[in-house]
Formats: sequence, structure tokens, C-alpha cells
Amino acid sequence: MTELNLVQAINRTLADAMRKDPNILVLGEDVGVNGGVFRATDGLVKEFGADRVIDTPLSETGIIGAAIGMALYGLKPIAEIQFLDFIYPAFDQIVSELAKFRYRSGGQYPAHVVIRTPYGGGIKGGLYHSQSTEAYFCHTAGIKVVVPSTPADARGLLLAAIDDEDPVLFLEPKRIYRSLTGEVPEGDDRVPFGRARVAREGSDVSLFAYGAMVPQVLEAAETLSKEGISAEVLDLRSLVPLDEAAVVASVEKTGRAVIVHEAARFCGFGAELAAILAEKALYSLKSPVVRVTGYDTPFPYALENVYLPNAERVVHAARGAVRSS
Amino acid sequence: MVESTTLSIAPSSAVAPGFPEEGLVDAYRLMVLARATDERCLTLQRQGRIGFYAPLQGQEAAQVGASRALTSEDWIFPAYRELAVALARGVPLRAIFDQLLGNADDQIKGRQMPNHFGFRSANFVVASSPIGTQITQAVGAAMAAQRRKDAIVTISFFGDGATSSNDFHAGLNFAGVYQAPTIFFCQNNQWAISLPRERQTRSATLAEKAAAYGIPGVVVDGNDLNAVYGAVRSARERAVGGGGPTMIEAEVYRFGPHSTSDDPKRYRTDAAVSAARERDPLGRLKSLLETKGLWNDEQEKKLWDEVRATVAHTFEAAEKAAPLDPRSVFDDVFAELSPRLEAERAEYDALVREGVLKP
Repeated sequence: MTELNLVQAINRTLADAMRKDPNILVLGEDVGVNGGVFRATDGLVKEFGADRVIDTPLSETGIIGAAIGMALYGLKPIAEIQFLDFIYPAFDQIVSELAKFRYRSGGQYPAHVVIRTPYGGGIKGGLYHSQSTEAYFCHTAGIKVVVPSTPADARGLLLAAIDDEDPVLFLEPKRIYRSLTGEVPEGDDRVPFGRARVAREGSDVSLFAYGAMVPQVLEAAETLSKEGISAEVLDLRSLVPLDEAAVVASVEKTGRAVIVHEAARFCGFGAELAAILAEKALYSLKSPVVRVTGYDTPFPYALENVYLPNAERVVHAARGAVRSS
Repeated sequence: MVESTTLSIAPSSAVAPGFPEEGLVDAYRLMVLARATDERCLTLQRQGRIGFYAPLQGQEAAQVGASRALTSEDWIFPAYRELAVALARGVPLRAIFDQLLGNADDQIKGRQMPNHFGFRSANFVVASSPIGTQITQAVGAAMAAQRRKDAIVTISFFGDGATSSNDFHAGLNFAGVYQAPTIFFCQNNQWAISLPRERQTRSATLAEKAAAYGIPGVVVDGNDLNAVYGAVRSARERAVGGGGPTMIEAEVYRFGPHSTSDDPKRYRTDAAVSAARERDPLGRLKSLLETKGLWNDEQEKKLWDEVRATVAHTFEAAEKAAPLDPRSVFDDVFAELSPRLEAERAEYDALVREGVLKP
């Protein structure tokens, strides 16, 4: 075990994986000499050389398209997109190509590409360095989507992503890249996809979150406990595949659900969670499902604190759910 | 480096027009204003008074030269480093600072990071962070002007990195096919964050890429105000005369970091920057002015003192402006506030009223 922050955990895990498997390579903008704009690939080019840590021209479609070709040929590319907000020139390669290669070839041509990308707000990044648009990708069959919220899960989920046989979008909560540290195991233990983590046990209300919202929600749970409300915090970790059983089980226990994400509310990931609860846990619900999310606006720069959910909003929503029933 | 196999094609007019002599001092003043603003902004960011900044130092002559070759009716499609273009278009410094601060006077209402400004009154379309997206849009606006028979051009500003983007290639292709009255103005500042120009593309020049789309491409010394002005002026004349688009590559050097989030020491030496600074566009124009007897040391000192004072007091005034109304977050998503957004705004109001959020 070593005490690391989230970006250090990613950096170490990439290096460890690359040492073990010569087929793994990293490509993206500024990932080599510069070590990535957030330093997630710091030092890798020195150890593994420019053949395995590739600084690419400024073209996201080039990065993902080339990664697909490498994967088809048998390598294990890990592509970095500098910000999730910049992924769209590659949207066609991801949604039309990467996610469909296995299916459209009848299983002959699986394309295993891991795409790492920082997402989310709270860093004063405005419109194009803050968005949380995971729902576009969750809506696309054929690509898995995972989001760690702790350094240990960053390692475990990244190792699982590299091992997986399918394309994986690995979303990195950049707001908490350095703001929290935690014990990170040194071995090869994976965090299996499709398993949520109970970040805090509780009995009165279930708080669902992932990524950078998890620390906010844990803070909310702490405040609620002082008011005598016992909140359970479920860190989803893996959006696709989703641990539906854990989501349902938690609400069967607490009878109340507050869903938290940074993304806009309408058609956001929370809508899927709410639908699952309506389908599978309706009779356990003592109060309506509540969503605490970003608003249905683009992500603002100067007023990001108006937009972003925080612990206070979560406390307010959970309190309301408990007191209304 | 590969050897050049394609020569850049010169503009059709035989002699490129020179920068009007009576405007040289004004151009120099603008360049000094841009430089002084830039230097101040880097300090303000370190002091935490603005959140972010992307400096333009080294690109002043390219931006002022290009701007002065255009008319106020022409449309600018900038990237996010075009401070001197905005100033040359008559945008007040105060409006720039309002945007950097995202205060109540900011014309884009605090929606975007610093440097991503837009001023409709100056035909200066709002900038975006995604690279190259303005290039195709400038082509479309030019196609619209062509259809309306307006004698104007559009110009897109972008960097060396953008020549690898989808929009660059689509934009040049469209402009070539439709002979759109547009100018592709590439400020090749040699660095796309950490990636040097020679690793961005195998092409010997960026301008030669235009040839593949049947468009003339020219390379100019972007530190030379006169050369930039001449190239853009010629391109403009061709375009409004129905001769189609031109790509201009202005060779410059980014003296500063990509942005205040960047540490260029990780990927380039101070010696390389010092060497580039020997070709500083400000020094170059100052020498020309001195040779022509239009400038002396006394004027130089006075100008810098004046400009620095203007920059300082203008920023301080902008800092005193009111903050944005938090409820404005919900405006401008659509032309009218949708029922859904109205409900969300009411939800926000209630959170403030109940003391959950600070107003």
C-alpha cells in the first residue's frame, strides 16, 4: 500500500501495466515529453520510449481511429483525450466505429481500446473544460463507461479496463485529481466492472453518486448524520455495466433515493437510475426519487458554483425526502 | 525536416501593398498596448485576480497587420489568442477585462473562460476552446456574403495545431469548391502546447496544404507588420474580386506558455525562446519607425508609461464592477426561457431563499 492521489495512482498503474505487457502503448496530445497536461503520463516516455508513449498531432479522430487500428492488429492502446470536452471530433470513431466493431463483424473484429479522459467541473474551466457528458456514451451500446472516485479505485478500475475485452471509456474526475489521497494497493487487484461500492452504510436514504460528486455526497451524509438521518452512499464506479442489484437493494433497505451527478438533469445518467427504481423498487419507495444535478444549461464559467451540485444541495434534498415521508 | 516540394503560390496582384505609413505609429501603439496588457494579465493570474490567461506575446505584428488590412465590415472568426485583433477592431480594453473577470459588464455574461471573448459590434465572432471549429464557420459566413453579393471577406484565425483538425481540411475544401471569399490566417507559433511544429505535420510549410485544395497558400514573416499586411490585403482584394480564398501562414513564435496552466520548461529550452525573442515583432517595428524618423527613445518611454498606467487603472475599474447575477445562468440557453429552465431557476431561487445556497 502506498499513499497516493488519484492522478499519481493513474500514473503508477499505467507504468506498472506497461512494464508487464509490451503490447500496451499510450497515445494522445502532449502525453510524452510534457507528461500530459495533468501529468497523468509523467515520466512514461522516459521509461518506455517514444514508440510506446506517442505524442500525436492535434486530432482526436486521429488518436481514436489510430488506436482502433492498433487494437485490431493486436496491440493494447490506451488513448488519452485531453479533456472530455474535446472528444467530439472523435465521436464518430467512438460511437460509429469503436463501439460497433465487435457487433458489426459478428465477433470477428473486437476493438479493445481504453480511452482515458478527464471530465467534470469545479476547476473554473468554463464551457469546454468542465463538462460531464457521460450520458452520450452510456447511451451507446458496445462501450463500457467507468468513473473512479478514489485513488485505489482508479488503479483497480484502470487495471480492469486494460484487461477487459471491450472498449472502455475511463473518466477521470479532474477536480479530485490531487485534492484527496488514499491508500493504493501495489498488486494486480482489479476492481471488477459492474460492482458499486458502498462508501457509507445507512438506513434512511440512499445517496447515489460517482466520480467527483462522491466526496460531496459523503460530506452531505456526515451532516445528515448529525441531524439523525442515516444516509447510505453508493459510489457507482461503473456506469456501464451498472450494478443494478446494488442500486435496487439499497433502496429496498432505505426506501428513499437521492441521485447526484454534475451532468445536466434531462436525459442524464440519473434518469436511468430513476427508471430502474421505478421498474424494480417502486413499492419500496416511501418518497419520490430526487435528482440533484447540474441544470439544463451549458456549463458556465463565472457562475460554476451556481451550476454545480454541492453537499448543501444534497443535504437539503435528502432531508426533504426523509421528512416528506 | 523534409525538403519543400511545393512552392507557395504568390497572390495574384504583382506587388503586395505596403502598410500605410501614416498608420505605422498607431499600429505600434496597438502592439505595445497588447503586449503591456498581456504582461499585466500574466501577473494578475498569478495574483489570483483572474482565473486563467492565454498570452499572445510574439504574435502582435501578425494580428495587427492582418486586422489593419481588413475593413470593419469584414468578419473575424478568432481562436482564443486574438487579443490584439480585438483591440485593433476597436474593442475597448475595459470590455476585454470585463470578459477576463466575468463580471456583470462582460458582454458574454461570464459564460466562458478568459480570452474566449466575442464582440458583435466589432464583427468579432465569439471564440471557442475546441480547435479549428471556427474555420468551417468562417467559410460558411463567406458563402453567405457571396450569395448576398456583399463585398466583404471573412477571416479565420487559428494556429499550427489546428491544421491537423477535421475542420481545417473540411473548411479549405469547401472554400475551394465554392470559391468562398475567405482568408485562412494561420499563426504558426511553432508550438501546439508541447508539440513542436515539425512534429505536427510532415509538410514543409503549413501553407502548402492549401495547394491540395486548389487554394493559393503563402508564407509570410509574421514578425513583419508590413509583410502580413500586404499578404492579407492582397488576399482580401482577390476574395472580394471573386478570385476565391487564400491561406496565409504567418510564421511567429509563442514567447510565453500555451496558457497560465502550462509549464513550457518541460518541453523547450529558454535558449530557444531567447533566440526567437531576437526577432520580436515590437522591436522590429520600433526600428523601422526610428529609421523613418517617426520615433525616439523619449516617445518610447512615454508610450510605455502611458500604456501601463492605462492598463492598470482600466483593470482596477473593471475589478470594481458588480458581479454577475447568479440567475443569469439560465438565460440564453434558448431564445426564451423554457418551462423546464424556468422551473430550475425557481428551484435555485428556493435554495437561496431557504439559505441552502448563498446568493
